[in-house]
Parts: sequence; C-alpha cells; structure tokens
Amino acid sequence: MKPALHLHVEGLCVERGGRRVLANVSFALVGGEALAVTGPNGAGKSTLLRAIAGLLPKEAGTLTLTGATEPDIALETHYLAHADGLKAQLTVAENLDFWASYLSTGENARSLPVAEALKVMALAPLAEIPAAYLSAGQKRRAALARLLVAYRPLWLLDEPLTALDAASRARFSAAMRDHCALGGVVIAATHEPLGLDEARELALGKVAERSLV
Amino acid sequence: MSSAFALILLRELRVARRIGGSATMGVVFFLCLVTITPFAVGPDPNLLARIGPAILWISALLASLLGLDRLFQADAEDGSLDQFHLAHTPLELAVLAKCAAHWTTSSLPLVAAAPVLGLMLQQDGLALAGVVATLVAGTPALTLIGAIGAAATVTLRRGGLLMALLALPLTIPVLIFGVSAAAAATGGTVPFATPFAILCALTLVSLALCPFAAAAALRQL
Repeated sequence: MKPALHLHVEGLCVERGGRRVLANVSFALVGGEALAVTGPNGAGKSTLLRAIAGLLPKEAGTLTLTGATEPDIALETHYLAHADGLKAQLTVAENLDFWASYLSTGENARSLPVAEALKVMALAPLAEIPAAYLSAGQKRRAALARLLVAYRPLWLLDEPLTALDAASRARFSAAMRDHCALGGVVIAATHEPLGLDEARELALGKVAERSLV
Repeated sequence: MSSAFALILLRELRVARRIGGSATMGVVFFLCLVTITPFAVGPDPNLLARIGPAILWISALLASLLGLDRLFQADAEDGSLDQFHLAHTPLELAVLAKCAAHWTTSSLPLVAAAPVLGLMLQQDGLALAGVVATLVAGTPALTLIGAIGAAATVTLRRGGLLMALLALPLTIPVLIFGVSAAAAATGGTVPFATPFAILCALTLVSLALCPFAAAAALRQL
C-alpha cells in the first residue's frame, strides 16, 4: 500500500507582466480530495493551475507533493487547458496513442487502453476521424480522454466542462470520482458545479490575500 | 528515451504528410531564387559557373528558413507544448526530434533539387557533387540555428521575419564554409576537405548546443 498523496501549497505568489496575480495562496489536499477553484474572470484561477504544474515561475511560496512516485510535481500532473493538445491532422486514436506513450509514467496498471478511454468518453465511433472535424465538445472529450490513457495522480483542470453537453458532463464527473477513489487529486478551475458532492472550494477574489478556510 | 524521440519524429512526419505541400513549397521557392539570379547578374556562362555554388547556397539558406517559424508555433497554439513540458522526456530531446522531422520534410527536398538547379547555373558533375555534399552536411545546422529563432518568437503572432532576423546572422559561418567547400570541389588553392571538415564541425556544434538554447527559450514563455 503506497502512502497517500499529499499536496501542500504554502504562501504561493505569482506575478505576470509585473503585476501580482496571486498573493499568498495556501491550501493542502490529500489523495481522494477534489478542489474547485472559483472566482471572477481574472482572479488568477488559470495562473494558479499553471503555477502548480510548473508552467509559470512562482515569485514566492512552496509547492510540495509527497507520496508520489516522482518528486517532481510536473511529472505527476495532468494539465488540461483551453487548448486541447490535439493535432488537427491526426485521428483521435492517433492523438491519444501519442499522448499515452509520451506522457506515460510507467504506471500502466492504472492507465486505460486508448480504446477503453474512448469508450468512457463516448468517442469510440469517432476514433478514426481526424481531430480537425470534431466539434468543440468532441475535442474537449478527446482531451479529457488523455487524462485516462496515462495515469497521473494530480489532475489540474482549467474549465474542464466547457462545451460539454449534459451526458458528457455526467460521464466526466464519474471519471473524476473514479480518479479520486483511486487516491488521485483533482483541482479544477470552474464557474459551474463539478458534479462532485464532496469537492472543497477555494474562492479567489481580486487582490486580497486569501487562503483556504 | 530513444522511443520518445521516435514518437515525436513519427508524429511530425505524419502531420507533415497529411498537410502536404511543405516540401514542394520550399523547392519551388528555391527554384525561383536560383532562376532570378541570372536575370540580375547576367547570363554569362563563365560567371554563373563561378558563382553558382554561392547562389545555390544562399537560395538554400533562404528556402530552409521558410516555414521554420511554424516549428513550435503550431504546438504552442494547440497546447501540445504545455504537455511537452510535463513529460519525462527532456524538452531538449523533443526540440531535437522536431528539428530532425523539419529537416527531413523541408531541407532534404532542397538537397535533392540542388543538382537539377545546379545544371541551370553551368555546374559540372564535380561541382554538383560538391554542392550536394556541403548542403547535406550544412543544412542540419541551418535548421538547428533557426530553431533557436523559432523558439524565441513562438508567442509572436507575426514572428516569421523576426525569426529570420535572429537566425540569419548566426548562419553566416555555415554559409562561409559551405560555399568555400563547394567551390573548392572544382579545384583551387584550398583542398575540399579543409572547409568541409569545419562545416561538419559547425553542424556538430549546433547539434550539441541549439536544442538546449531553443528549449531554454521555450521554458521562458
């Protein structure tokens, strides 16, 4: 039995373009928990996720992940943003095959085969269609399927429900619940309910110092 | 590690094949440059034979910069670049694989077209062989140096010209030794091997340094 996952964010400050976007954000999550990051546009939700993933440099504060295979947070993280990471010229299956191999961390027991992941996201009939021909919602579902084909315990999701219809939302909420049940952590920036009853909430306001209550 | 390299290489080649036209476009541009030069310098066969290697090299240099600005832009736009940051595979290796794919799809067709275009410039067999050999050895360096410019301008909407401005000065040593080796192939005071060895060394140095420089630029986004 592996030790449970712990993510500690302590006094995180991030600047973008000389302006402090995040000031003193602190929270802690253990494996199985989900965190909904809420706040008005421009409150720094996306910045927070990118900073945790290591895609943005942090001005101050510490990020620690314990109980994971890799000490580097980036290698334990799935990051899903507005851009779907799909090559328009490749088919959905080719795109997912690539990411399954490229993002694999060796934990293949907890990763789904591409065909399975496509079924979970109800994309199986579209597997051989080039991603260019998918609708916005279908592209989003293909991007969500990426989270399933290479297991990584920490999911950072930026508006994951955008463009999804009700059935897809339910499917993805179920996938997030399964991920948490396996000991994973979900942090989602969102304006809408995630469909997770037990999700905690971190409300980012403008400028003021904040921490999780 | 090598499988990750192969993964990106295959993906890039597949994307390039489905988009199509990138090789043809470069070769046609190469043809245009080579064709307009005699209109400017005059159709004297002796003059063309003498400056032919230089014309071919300058044209190949400009043609190989064509399309290089898109090297990382497509990945930045569709979000693939963020995923490359989060992978086990070092970003440097991803850069190298992308350069290898770009060279195969854009520069290799130029090398293949060079002998045909050389005939238009009064180049004999030995001169053609010299141009092809120097282009094979030198164009990888051009792609790798261009990758630094492409990485530095990846977020700019119209970064193409800036990319060329950044990369062109750095390609001057490659151009000097490429042209002098190609010219030495048909005789002269310098043996072919001397400038050619320096050209190969320049390519090897770019191979060792440029992926790190380009990856460092991509990390600063």
